[in-house]
Amino acid sequence: MSWNYSALSLLRGALSGHRHWSPAWRDASPKPRYDVLIVGGGGHGLASAYYLAKNHRITNVAVIERGWIGGGNTGRNTTIVRSNYLYPESARLYDFSLRLYEGLAQELNFNIMLSQRGLVLLAHSRHDLDAMSRWANAMRMNGIEAELLSRDEVAARVAGLDLSPHARLPVLGGFAQRRGGTARHDAVAWGYARAASRLGVDIIQNCEVTGFLEEGGRVAGVSTSRGSIRAERVGIAAAGHSSVLAKLAGFRLPVTSYALQALVSEPVKPVLDTVVLSPGTGAYLSQSDKGELVIGAALDLFPSYAQRGSFAVEQAIIAATLELFPAYSRLALLRQWAGIVDVVHDSSPIIGATPIPGLFINCGWGTGGFKAIPVGGWTLAHALATGRSHPLAEPFQLERFISGRLIDEAAASGIAH
Amino acid sequence: MMQLRCPWCGVRDENEFVCGGASHIVRPPLDASDVAWGEYLFFRDNPKGVHHERWRHGYGCGQWFNVARHTVTHEILSVYAMTEAPPAEMPP
Repeated sequence: MSWNYSALSLLRGALSGHRHWSPAWRDASPKPRYDVLIVGGGGHGLASAYYLAKNHRITNVAVIERGWIGGGNTGRNTTIVRSNYLYPESARLYDFSLRLYEGLAQELNFNIMLSQRGLVLLAHSRHDLDAMSRWANAMRMNGIEAELLSRDEVAARVAGLDLSPHARLPVLGGFAQRRGGTARHDAVAWGYARAASRLGVDIIQNCEVTGFLEEGGRVAGVSTSRGSIRAERVGIAAAGHSSVLAKLAGFRLPVTSYALQALVSEPVKPVLDTVVLSPGTGAYLSQSDKGELVIGAALDLFPSYAQRGSFAVEQAIIAATLELFPAYSRLALLRQWAGIVDVVHDSSPIIGATPIPGLFINCGWGTGGFKAIPVGGWTLAHALATGRSHPLAEPFQLERFISGRLIDEAAASGIAH
Repeated sequence: MMQLRCPWCGVRDENEFVCGGASHIVRPPLDASDVAWGEYLFFRDNPKGVHHERWRHGYGCGQWFNVARHTVTHEILSVYAMTEAPPAEMPP
């Protein structure tokens, strides 16, 4: 069992030659039976297990992961956290998540390196300006701070932007969410894993689900590459692979899987102290604490499970980034990768019941799952513990695709996922 | 860069094309139930494997055509006309 991390434990470690450190969480083997099973050991699955144990005192829980924890989209995103959505339902959901992030390092006793360096969205046209003032005002109506910025205010906040009169992408203004920023993605997975493990949750890696057990019309567990595991309730938190698991359980989802890519440059000294998004071009970037520029791209708009992005999109995003920041043109790129994201028609998540009693799902976050890890876990845990939707998740049920009550953030805030 | 073979223009780069999503989805009658209509509009197989999908050569001839493509390898297994049935069984 790992002990509390603190300045004192670091000091003690230093004085004892760092020989006392123990693994942060237990790498468990499957038991034959649990109260609750969670399929998917990414941020959402691990957070669900933690909140099941913490909020609902259900500790006979296992998280089963096909590969290693945090090895899917949790390790493949651009680490941005924000809550700049337009509709009240989304604003409540994502701001709850951001507020949980704000206290998460303390809560988990694990440094998630949250850096609320603010995010700035750039307007490149009069239409962008109009759309952004509507967007920022909607956020303020929903009680989330947002600040409209003039061109000069953008210039003062973002160093290195091409603001010359002949810029290919003129910057006319924008808006900012000061509480937005970045967090260390791996630390979020590890922190939740450690905290869940300390409360008794089993984290089982290299264990692929190959089918669902059913009894009396209810889910009764899963069959896996490491044998059958029984459970009263099962939750799926598998992002881009949600449709694959749903198929094993015998239903379909309104989800299409796409590759979303990102790139990082070689590390350089501090050049960019905020997160910059250019919704008009799909480019967004920030600088990591290591000094790398972390550049996010748009989706490859054809269905894919390949975990690699296309050259066409990569080229477009590098071109847009360099039009915005010409000084970065000599930076070497170190890595490029993609995650498989679960895109839903209204760009809003699905958190709740499935057509199979006892089987619940958390999916549909598309390109924006990282920022939603705390709330995704909180609300899936609620559904698994109580059998009912959490009030925050009530608008985000699968039934909305039958009733037609969509929460269309794709159209509203122009968010791509 | 991925390339597709447009039936009219030949092999071209992927960024000349637009993917129009899954093919062979049959529109239900207008008196269909809400469930059938929702299924038709939104629910998809989204397979990890062979996917039958529509593409349009937007920056070329503008024509639509069907493609059978593997969603993991991105290998294109067949290109066929919009009105054709999907090709016979393929490896998953």
